[in-house]
Amino acid sequence: MSDTHRAIDAVWRIESARLIAGLARIVGDVGLAEDLAQDALLAALERWPESGIPDSPGAWLMATAKHRAIDMHRRSKRIERTHEELGHELDTQQEMTVADLDAALDDDIGDDLLRLIFTACHPVLSTEARVALTLRLLGGLTTDEIARAFLIPEATVAQRIVRAKRTLAEARVPFEVPRGADRTARLSSVLGVIYLVFNEGYSATAGDDWTRPALCDDAVRLGRILAELAPNEAEVHGLVALMEMQSSRLRARTGPSGEPILLLDQDRGRWDQILIRRGLAALARAEHLGSARGPYALQAAIVACHARARTADETDWERIVALYDALAELTPSPIVELNRAVAVSMAYGPAAGLKLVEALGSEPSLKMYHLLPSVRGDLLLKLGRPSEARPEFEHAASLTRNVRERELLLDRARSCLNGTSPR
Amino acid sequence: MRFMMLYKPGKEDVPPTQEHMAAMGRFIEKMAKSGALLATDGLQSSSKGARVRIASDGKFTVTDGPFTETKELIAGFAIVQAKSKAEAIELAKQFLKVVGEGESEVRLMHDQPAFEAEPTLQFSREGERQRAKPTARG
Repeated sequence: MSDTHRAIDAVWRIESARLIAGLARIVGDVGLAEDLAQDALLAALERWPESGIPDSPGAWLMATAKHRAIDMHRRSKRIERTHEELGHELDTQQEMTVADLDAALDDDIGDDLLRLIFTACHPVLSTEARVALTLRLLGGLTTDEIARAFLIPEATVAQRIVRAKRTLAEARVPFEVPRGADRTARLSSVLGVIYLVFNEGYSATAGDDWTRPALCDDAVRLGRILAELAPNEAEVHGLVALMEMQSSRLRARTGPSGEPILLLDQDRGRWDQILIRRGLAALARAEHLGSARGPYALQAAIVACHARARTADETDWERIVALYDALAELTPSPIVELNRAVAVSMAYGPAAGLKLVEALGSEPSLKMYHLLPSVRGDLLLKLGRPSEARPEFEHAASLTRNVRERELLLDRARSCLNGTSPR
Repeated sequence: MRFMMLYKPGKEDVPPTQEHMAAMGRFIEKMAKSGALLATDGLQSSSKGARVRIASDGKFTVTDGPFTETKELIAGFAIVQAKSKAEAIELAKQFLKVVGEGESEVRLMHDQPAFEAEPTLQFSREGERQRAKPTARG
């Protein structure tokens, strides 16, 4: 790749979301806006290698995309579309200088970006479609990058995006920020999409890598953007806090040959203090804004207990149990219960934890969840019952699709045989 | 990937004008809104600082500012998250355009585990991305 191409790539990464958002407001259609932005990118790829990169590349792309929109509008004038407004806006803006455009891009784009996020995560779309569209439109990722991140064929991603854009158009989803009663549900959809992306990066469900840090970075970045756009939403800051603090441990989570290192075994000196500080600040904002902590702020508060402990022994497990109690009350789920059981075992001993884990044994939704037998094995081992622990680790290993995780679990199973504990 | 950008104005450390400060403030706000900026700060005049050196015999030398090698003086730093070095370079250009002069040293930080088994996504398939250009956006 030439330097210019690399630079164009970078410009796209920086400018594309704002570009698409600004265009979507004008043309009222996210799919069309993206097509226009892509056209502008192609024009840049043709022209910039010769002409050099313009002074304000974002404004150049915007101006080019707008000209395409005007051409298209004129050509399709016969077809009655809802473009009267578009024509008017385009005509009045036609004479704007590049500097004007640059300023407009800087000043007014915030609301458009927020509209774009809400549209990409619209409930009319499937979860997979929301994820793909969000990474594509807001994260500036290519179809190919999304495909590689989620280990799915590129054609599948491309199809998902095409369908998603069509669905949005057919459902006539307005390009707007939801207000009133709708807003909370819509916001939680947005947060859910971002957190899903983060989690796939943080503990990849499948594949050879234990983590995919690039995906975590994308998710945290989306979260930070959202926090700037919707600064009064406590749960947005809660989610950002959670992701920043989880990210702070990424580099301590993997050993020399790519093997997972579990929380209590990590070298805390390798935790990223900048991200911890950012996370604690975001948590403080969330707690300041919200009268009661929401599920993300609660999870962030749990993670903060780890972040604040200088050694594993200093962890305030009783406080973590209390926070899990609150979380279980707010969003009851077997997975929360399982995590609570782990915290209980750390605060009040493995026997107390095991009792809670056993109660989850019949939970159908955890039947295929590898962490249930993994936790049970861990607690049995701590209680000095390695012969019972071994089949649990083996069972857990058979359930995970992540190669690194499977190796770790099989290691633990083997260690039950010769009586040494890897912990 | 994270990069540290070290800004060197290339001249004596005179404090920036109000106008400069305001322009930089706007730029920093824009960067924060893009989710790329992790940390940033400006440094005061080198006359308020010192240089501490250790010699091979273990002896320390402390030299109070101001320092005379004006070209090398650092006036501020930023830590940004970017997908590639090219993106960090673009951000550095945008910053320099705002401040109008000087140099920004762009350095990759130890983001990943120091001995990571797998390269990051971004670079593992660099060759493929190249072949797929320019239609890879599709």
